[in-house]
Amino acid sequence: MLKTFRIGGVHPPENKLSSSEKIQILPVPEQVIIPLGQHIGAPATPIVQKGDYVKAGQLIATATGFVSANIHSSVSGTIVAIDNFTDAAGLSKPAITIKVEGDEWEKNITRSEKTDHNITLSKEKIIEAISAAGIVGMGGATFPTQVKLSPPPGNKAEILIINGVECEPYLTADHRIMLEKAEEIIVGVQILMKAIDVKQAVIGIENNKRDAIEKLQSLATKTLGVEVCPLKVRYPQGGEKQLIKAITGRSVPSGALPIAVGAVVQNVGTALAVYEAVMQNKPLVERVVTITGKSVKHPGNYLCRIGTPISKLIEAAGGLPEDTTKIIGGGPMMGRAMVNPESPILKGTSGILIINDKEGARKQSRNCIRCSKCVSACPMGLEPYLLMTLATHNMLEDMEKEKVMDCIECGSCSFTCPADRPLLDYIRLGKARTGAMIRNRKK
Amino acid sequence: MNKLLISPSPHVHSGDSIEKNMYGVLIALIPAFLCSIFFFGTGALIVTLTSVLACLLFEYLIQKFLLKQQPTILDGSALITGVLLAFNVPSNLPVWIIIIGALVAIGIGKMSFGGLGCNIFNPALVGRVFLLISFPVQMTTWPLPAGFSNSYLDAQTGATPLAIMKEALKSGRSVSEVLSSDTLISFRDMLIGNTGGSLGEVAAIALLIGFAFMLFRKIITWHIPVAIFATVFVFTGILHICNPEHFAGPLFHLLTGGMMLGAIFMATDYVTSPMSTKGMVIYGIGIGIITVVIRTFGAYPEGMSFAILIMNAFTPLINRYCKPQRFA
Repeated sequence: MLKTFRIGGVHPPENKLSSSEKIQILPVPEQVIIPLGQHIGAPATPIVQKGDYVKAGQLIATATGFVSANIHSSVSGTIVAIDNFTDAAGLSKPAITIKVEGDEWEKNITRSEKTDHNITLSKEKIIEAISAAGIVGMGGATFPTQVKLSPPPGNKAEILIINGVECEPYLTADHRIMLEKAEEIIVGVQILMKAIDVKQAVIGIENNKRDAIEKLQSLATKTLGVEVCPLKVRYPQGGEKQLIKAITGRSVPSGALPIAVGAVVQNVGTALAVYEAVMQNKPLVERVVTITGKSVKHPGNYLCRIGTPISKLIEAAGGLPEDTTKIIGGGPMMGRAMVNPESPILKGTSGILIINDKEGARKQSRNCIRCSKCVSACPMGLEPYLLMTLATHNMLEDMEKEKVMDCIECGSCSFTCPADRPLLDYIRLGKARTGAMIRNRKK
Repeated sequence: MNKLLISPSPHVHSGDSIEKNMYGVLIALIPAFLCSIFFFGTGALIVTLTSVLACLLFEYLIQKFLLKQQPTILDGSALITGVLLAFNVPSNLPVWIIIIGALVAIGIGKMSFGGLGCNIFNPALVGRVFLLISFPVQMTTWPLPAGFSNSYLDAQTGATPLAIMKEALKSGRSVSEVLSSDTLISFRDMLIGNTGGSLGEVAAIALLIGFAFMLFRKIITWHIPVAIFATVFVFTGILHICNPEHFAGPLFHLLTGGMMLGAIFMATDYVTSPMSTKGMVIYGIGIGIITVVIRTFGAYPEGMSFAILIMNAFTPLINRYCKPQRFA
């Protein structure tokens, strides 16, 4: 019996079209747009001027505040603008635009393929290096990694959980790096273990990635304290609380962080970035992105410089198909539909999914038939049908009592609903308003 | 290229629909329907056809002319109400009575609350109980199973096993005496449906096949039917052990009357049953207890319909107090 989380969950069609496509290198574009806010928290502050020449890997903006991250140039070239740009959602956001000239890297960055196993830095130095490299959660949440590695006083990490679940349909970037960068990931895991001072690390991988499980298992057996845990395929297993439940059996209480049960969760992509930052001095300036979709000619996985326009990635995969209705940043369950395909690839971009008109159209919402399928699908044990009704009536106090703040917005309810009701749309709205109400009360 | 669509996540859907679930229930009802045609002949066909057509027609007319909505009669819910109403009446019920039943079921039971998803009580049972109270003679004169040698309105009639047992116990005979002497009560016949009764309720095996199908297709969960069966089994079992001569055993109660049809197809109606699994179990236990109480201590030989309707009324309350198990 494979492990999994206990309540709710769905099993959408996996559609991992690009799982056997090797990681290719996307050519460096003529120009990159590097947004200053690629993480949760305040945007970084630029430290360069228009007209400056920068090298790849050079620091161009520094973190402002505790929950923020450094930004580095992903290319070498001249800064042509420090200005607002239109992001994927169509909003105006600050960014640094760089015109690419050659490909010159900072001198102290090692760019060799050979894996370095020798961890020499101390715990504090590791966290410093991670912070300096501007690493954020690569699974899409983009929470600055150094913050997660510094537990609040009174809390002690006992176990490091590495998230290699990739439960979103279509996405395969994590799958490919687990196959092709396995050794680096294992070293990255050891670095993270040292950083939070734990003796045990578990890499959770869903059982639809047998090859990745075997590959990492063969390396883990040679590594003290690291093990691989195959998991039953079930969405949303990549959710932090679900993954901790599946692997350790512990439940993170409502409103608490994973550290409350002694767990720290990091994505496999983050482990790789940590390896590169600590062992190779390389900041987070490139990442693997899946480009996929049923109508896409050549679905694949590409190593992309941060700031590359998404349209370049789409071109590499054979261009935008005729029947495109949606371009999604991320997977189909939690990704965001974008208006601007010229917007850049970010630190948290795990995939670009092109949805065709067959999949893309939503059906007309109908009366709730009270079938309770949303209740059985909810991995947090909430009642989506009730929360939606409460949200439409703006009954925020009741929503709080019904635990709306526990909602992880995984979309299992809307996915399941036979009456095509937009449950999560309303719950999200109600959750935002309830959150604001709770914050105002504290003031 | 088309214009890009923008919407919040999720961007994919399971493909499940109201129709898939409703027609799934109808497919699950086919074995029982075949049994009733086999045992009751033309009557079963006429009654079911009348009931279904009348329900569809009333829903269409009410939506089109009273509520001025786009009619949704093809979603399958009125079809189910029609079939279940027919399954809950004798196979020799006159057409005009069936039409009245359909009007009450759809008009009062369903549309007056706002249509699919809004009704408090199971529409088919509202229709059935209305008919039972208004036309007690016609509603309790059951044709004996004789296949196509039964003519529709002029069939040989007799009592149901439940009614026979009730009468016999009232006149002072004992359970074992009734079971051994009365040829109308045989467990084998009750299993396959070879007894008198409402046309769709008699064949326990066929109904259980439908249950298995609905579980397999994930249309319903096991909680409500199993809670009802277990409660009836335990409750009648205790009564039977206390006084075997005065109370029939669990198997008799499980196989007779509307037990199977009610527990599998009527109590599990999405709209009128609770939302959480804990709630479903409580609801099932309630139905089981009320049914046994009516059957053994009440005036009616059968109590399934009343039990389900009573527990329907408790559903909003159950939903309020029985929350699903939260993550933590």
